[in-house]
Amino acid sequence: MSVLNPVRDAWSTFTNRWRRTWAGLPRPARWGVMALVVVFFVFLPNIRFPGFDFIVTEQTDWASTLFTVAYYVLLAVGLNVVVGLAGLLDLGYVGFFAVGAYTVAVLTSPDSDLHTKWSWLAAVPVAVGIAMLSGVLLGWPTLRLRGDYLAIVTLGFAEIIRIAADSSSFLKGDRGIAGIPSPPGHKADGTPLFGVVDARPYYWLALAVIILILIGVRNLERSRVGRAWVAIREDEDAAEAMGVPTFKFKLWAFAIGASVGGLSGALFVGEQGFINSSTFQLQFSILVLAGVVMGGAGNLPGVILGGALIAYLPERFRGIKVAGTDAFEYRYFFFGMVLILVMIFRPQGLLPSRRRAAEFTDRQKEATPVE
Amino acid sequence: MSDATLTDAQPSGPGASAPRALLEVDDVVLKFGGVTALNHVSFTLHEGEILGLIGPNGAGKTTCFNVMTGVYKPTSGQVRFAGAPLAKQTRNEITRMGIARTFQNIRLFPEMTALENVQVGADARHRTSVPGALFRITPRHYKEEKAGRERGRELLELVGIADRMNETARNLPYGYQRRLEIARALATEPKLLCLDEPAAGFNPAEKANLMELIRTIRDRGYTVLLIEHDMRLVMGVTDRIVVLEFGKKIAEGLPAEIRDNPAVIAAYLGTSDEDEEPDDVA
Repeated sequence: MSVLNPVRDAWSTFTNRWRRTWAGLPRPARWGVMALVVVFFVFLPNIRFPGFDFIVTEQTDWASTLFTVAYYVLLAVGLNVVVGLAGLLDLGYVGFFAVGAYTVAVLTSPDSDLHTKWSWLAAVPVAVGIAMLSGVLLGWPTLRLRGDYLAIVTLGFAEIIRIAADSSSFLKGDRGIAGIPSPPGHKADGTPLFGVVDARPYYWLALAVIILILIGVRNLERSRVGRAWVAIREDEDAAEAMGVPTFKFKLWAFAIGASVGGLSGALFVGEQGFINSSTFQLQFSILVLAGVVMGGAGNLPGVILGGALIAYLPERFRGIKVAGTDAFEYRYFFFGMVLILVMIFRPQGLLPSRRRAAEFTDRQKEATPVE
Repeated sequence: MSDATLTDAQPSGPGASAPRALLEVDDVVLKFGGVTALNHVSFTLHEGEILGLIGPNGAGKTTCFNVMTGVYKPTSGQVRFAGAPLAKQTRNEITRMGIARTFQNIRLFPEMTALENVQVGADARHRTSVPGALFRITPRHYKEEKAGRERGRELLELVGIADRMNETARNLPYGYQRRLEIARALATEPKLLCLDEPAAGFNPAEKANLMELIRTIRDRGYTVLLIEHDMRLVMGVTDRIVVLEFGKKIAEGLPAEIRDNPAVIAAYLGTSDEDEEPDDVA
């Protein structure tokens, strides 16, 4: 393993240098860089990359892939509030994604037994609200638990949602709910803006949502709420003794995480137009969690990178045959391997938060025998 | 000897300046299964004093402390703070009522900076809601953030560690960490500051500085409860002392009285065979 130490150290030096450079930039410069990043992502579906063609997916439509990446990133950002900031291990995050997706489906689809046939846009706030409510309902009795116990309860929650969707005639199980309308809007020529062929509008919509959510999460991070979350993560009893209402703030973390998950689900069904119960397998939760941990829990750029990688890489390798099977089918194996490697070589994640980096370096010192 | 002298809530003693009771521990019993950790303990803390709580190892000092800060609920008896009984409140509510504490084994938020640690304490008095912090539309958020930072800086200066306020707590030297705990507790704007062995691991010079700091804190209007092993520190800084042994209060009084109290000496040094005395003072 020590063979790889130079690689690890080089990466650390690299990220630390960038972190310092970034922190040293004046405020307007930072805003400028961020604006450029946004512009880059807006034009990403249209850009051709001379010499870098390999980054564009071959087997899947590039814009559709970008949309997939976007809703995974949104999930990673939401899960990061719960896992990265407040330090609550949530293994059932897909449950909230499912609640958001099913709420939209049931309210809008002509297939649904409700026959409400709302527009997509009208259903989204309700979906977010119900996802949030489900987060509160799950958190209320369970957030008194800590660590592994909480993880087990959330795991159970996701399974309950999946099995309910599978077996309830109202949610139509594996047969699914079809005919879910797209987001509203028309182009100049009268054709719908969010069509079936061109996935770019969905991507741009998701991008806009991500930016709004990032601003919100950033605001929270840099307020008493974010400090309370980190305090809870670091030492829950000490936080309580310092007057932090820990239960209340844990519940808020859960509720905010859940509503972002629900929002991601609502975007997802808006594009797909169809859902069934098999979309919400447990692996999905684990995959998003893997993205958060791999990218660097607690650090927004880190979790964005992590969420993007777990969505992008499988699509990129789709269609490449490995031992007679599509490489896409190996994705869980692949991410399992990557996670193990990350845990060995960079337990703080690829782009860790300043705090987390320090924490893990210290632990490493404690664990490594003096040579 | 000095048992049950202060069970009355209203001290009607000689009234040069009749001290007002801030915290009253009233006949508190705490049992863990068959073990009686606190056995009918009563004492009163007056506003503006430094009260020392001492006793040999395992006497119940920290347990007593934990009852007062809401970690344990007494099996029987009552703790009253500023006249109101502490019963149903959660720990964070008790902190916001005005009782702050430090920990015997340092429990800072290790990955937060010194200033952020103190800001968490100051946040106990802040009222920005989660939506308020999310959208930043209320002026309150900005006002409170600014006030929290300023108060944090002031307190770090007070305890003398402002030079390293942007370092993570984990990287601070031991003495700084102890002082940071005091600053963080003061940031919650308590009426009563409870210090659990703040001088543990200090050398004599550091102890002298700490005594100075505790006096300064008292002079700023805080009431201080001090749990401490070091007799010289306790004798030097406290106004009154309560002595616990095996969960019972065995003495209470001025430092000079405690120093000469045979029961206290026996508790700390043991009794010799020659002058056999009854262990317990009834």
